[in-house]
Amino acid sequence: MDVTPAVEMRQITKGFPGVLANDRIDFSANWGEMHALIGENGAGKTTLMNILYGLHRPDAGETLLSGRAVKALGPRHAIACGIGMVHQHFMLVPAFSALENVILGAEPVRFGQTDYRRAEERVRAICERFGLQVDLHAKVADLSVSAQQKVEILKALYREARILILDEPTSVLTPQECDSLFAMLREMARSGMCIILITHKLREVMANSDRVTVLRQGRAIAGLETNSTTAEELARLMVGERELVRPPEEREASPAGPPLLAVINLSVPGDRGLRAVDSISFQVHAGEILGVAGVDGNGQRELAEALVGLRRAAGNVEFEGRNILRMSVRRRLDAGIAYVPEDSGRYGLVSSYSVEENAILGAHRGSPFARWGILDRHAARRHALNLIERVGVRAAETRMPARFLSGGNRQKLVLGRALYRKPKLLVASQPTRGLDVGAAQDVHLGLLEACARGGGILLISYDLDEIFSLADRVMVMFQGRIAGMVGRAEADRETIGALMLGARS
Amino acid sequence: MRISQIVGTAGVPVAALGAAFGAAAIVVLVSGGSPMESFAAMFSSAFGSGTAVGETLVKSIPLMLTGLAVALGLRAGLFNIGAEGQLLVGALAAAWVGFALDLPAVIHIPLCLAAGVAGGALWAFLPGLLKAKRGVHEVITTIMLNHVAFYLTHFLVTTRLKDVHTMAPQTPEMHATARLGWLIEAGGLHWGILVAALCVVAFAFLMARSVIGFELKAVGFSPDAARTAGINVSGMIVLAMVLSGALAGAAGAVEVMGVHHKFYDQFSPGYGFDSIAVALLGNNTAVGTALAAVLFGALRNGALGMQLATDTPKEIVTLIQAIVIVFAGMRFLKNRVPGTRGSRDPGLRADTQGRADAANP
Repeated sequence: MDVTPAVEMRQITKGFPGVLANDRIDFSANWGEMHALIGENGAGKTTLMNILYGLHRPDAGETLLSGRAVKALGPRHAIACGIGMVHQHFMLVPAFSALENVILGAEPVRFGQTDYRRAEERVRAICERFGLQVDLHAKVADLSVSAQQKVEILKALYREARILILDEPTSVLTPQECDSLFAMLREMARSGMCIILITHKLREVMANSDRVTVLRQGRAIAGLETNSTTAEELARLMVGERELVRPPEEREASPAGPPLLAVINLSVPGDRGLRAVDSISFQVHAGEILGVAGVDGNGQRELAEALVGLRRAAGNVEFEGRNILRMSVRRRLDAGIAYVPEDSGRYGLVSSYSVEENAILGAHRGSPFARWGILDRHAARRHALNLIERVGVRAAETRMPARFLSGGNRQKLVLGRALYRKPKLLVASQPTRGLDVGAAQDVHLGLLEACARGGGILLISYDLDEIFSLADRVMVMFQGRIAGMVGRAEADRETIGALMLGARS
Repeated sequence: MRISQIVGTAGVPVAALGAAFGAAAIVVLVSGGSPMESFAAMFSSAFGSGTAVGETLVKSIPLMLTGLAVALGLRAGLFNIGAEGQLLVGALAAAWVGFALDLPAVIHIPLCLAAGVAGGALWAFLPGLLKAKRGVHEVITTIMLNHVAFYLTHFLVTTRLKDVHTMAPQTPEMHATARLGWLIEAGGLHWGILVAALCVVAFAFLMARSVIGFELKAVGFSPDAARTAGINVSGMIVLAMVLSGALAGAAGAVEVMGVHHKFYDQFSPGYGFDSIAVALLGNNTAVGTALAAVLFGALRNGALGMQLATDTPKEIVTLIQAIVIVFAGMRFLKNRVPGTRGSRDPGLRADTQGRADAANP
């Protein structure tokens, strides 16, 4: 096997306005290995790999492929050099078939026409070689997330990638799908390819990688052999001196009494008119966190939107004994329901509005922020300063537009704003997506605090660790139905994982 | 607002004007005229005397009101291209109340204004409703309703509402009790300027301080976030269109009440269309729109004087306006195209921006 590293990046430096994303990073990965690149959100992992793939131009530093210096001119050039990248958000044409997506831009041509037969032969050969199973003629829109990911991997392999970068590939997969993905990736590494895995899940790193590079705040902190280290050591390296996640305090079992929220035979249409939520029933009690687990796209978002009034639904939703299904969003907010949306940048905040204006958004109609239809700017400012202080939003100025806040700070602002209203029911959708360990912990503490105050929480998360550490009960959703409802004591990774795939409890 | 912010906000409009006059100067020069002489003649017939100033202001009144109409729509993320049609309907409604009813002035004048406001609002209500309930794009519906307004008013002033004593397609003269008198006699400056000024102040207050303005702008910037915050997005869209149409209708009413004293076919030289440029140049702010309206009024007023004093044709003014629109429009487009860097302009929807920001590291 070739001993020169497949990739060698030297002293890579890259700054964005206000932040040094990569600070003189040295990185190398060998042929035939699976190399994990780990670090918290914002540590610079994706930036470094985007530089390798030619999406960003480094301010300084050089890249060597198989020992030869290359000037990355752009993704096209990177692909020609044998680099493939599977992004976190897939870049596929939904209306095209899997095959068409794979060959798009690199179609074999015969007499001026796409030679689909030859294309399919080639793609099938690749599938067989690595044990990839995809229905090549299915439309991408109809494929599951894990199948779409396979299409992305096929795209790279079809372009003869020898170095494959995967950005957080398991964030959208069930535990079982993760296993099959890693089996496939290991096969690729065995065949001599260089696999670079961007992740922050230490369990995966320990189980699958050969070597690890740890980034922290834009710097390469360590490069280690996986079998000479431990998950604890890696965690310490990732977060630095900061305190690690505390174990959640033991709370009492779900209180009895009448439910705060009773959902009865709720059906919710999805964006394409199909039933995204299919007549489900469950209850949330005051002082309880009900975790909703499941792979993304099994009706969780539609459920949340139906509960807060953003989406029409059929059935019955009783909040404190009243059916709220016909109420507007505004009346539900006023009744004591708060919502932390999945994509807080888009749904939670008006990004052109200042921090001040966003702090009062949703509560801006009445006292103390408005009287007789006139806004009280001073009250808004005081409130914003108060929120910033209480939930630790890092904002230089309350008049600065929210779009200049980092993702974590946006999320904290949205959560803090929701908690300030002392909601009776909080619907939180992926409240820590994209947050680093510290910020996620702040968000978790906020949720626990709201719960301790007697609020009920519906916590939707695709991160099982988050569900396990917070939820009193776990409801697993699969294809719009409840695949199972598991108590805190019985919830383990295997049971939940099987339910996420549709096994009935 | 700091000085740097003022300069930053005014920078683009000033640059647009500079470029426009520069290009016009070249055209004048190439065609054998003297740019300095022409522009000086234009300036003096726009601002050279009390009468000139009065005439300039008279021409800027309808531009100011329709400019505010377009700006208000844009603040809520709606591109109301139908100001011209709303102005016509408002003008005809006001003229009809003015000649058909016999009332004392204290009642007649407000009633005429109210009729104009209601006519314009009604004409914009339909596009608003279609947008809010069925997602029909307001640009399409307002453009089409412009045509309906042209032909409907034309039909009415040639038939039912026609002045029988003349051949011209026009309504009878409005009663004296329905006319706006002169504030200053020079240039025929009528009380309509006060109506326009009040609207400028009200617009500024609405946007900066009121709950309604807060919700309108939120809908304009980010409909998704607005809906999530419990704002009735459909209601706000309808409201924004109605208010926008009301302002355009008021422009029509003031114009017939203060200047023409009757409605005649094609009385508007396209105020409703120029208003789009006025709002863009004024950056959708109250004061900016008012200043841009005075500027466009001056261009209109100065053009004829320039043509008389020099050989430069008055159409050069149209060229200047067009170039201003191109510049102001470029900024407008920049804010709408995802992936380009957004600026801090108020009133241009930023829903694409949020997504672009989220995609950037």
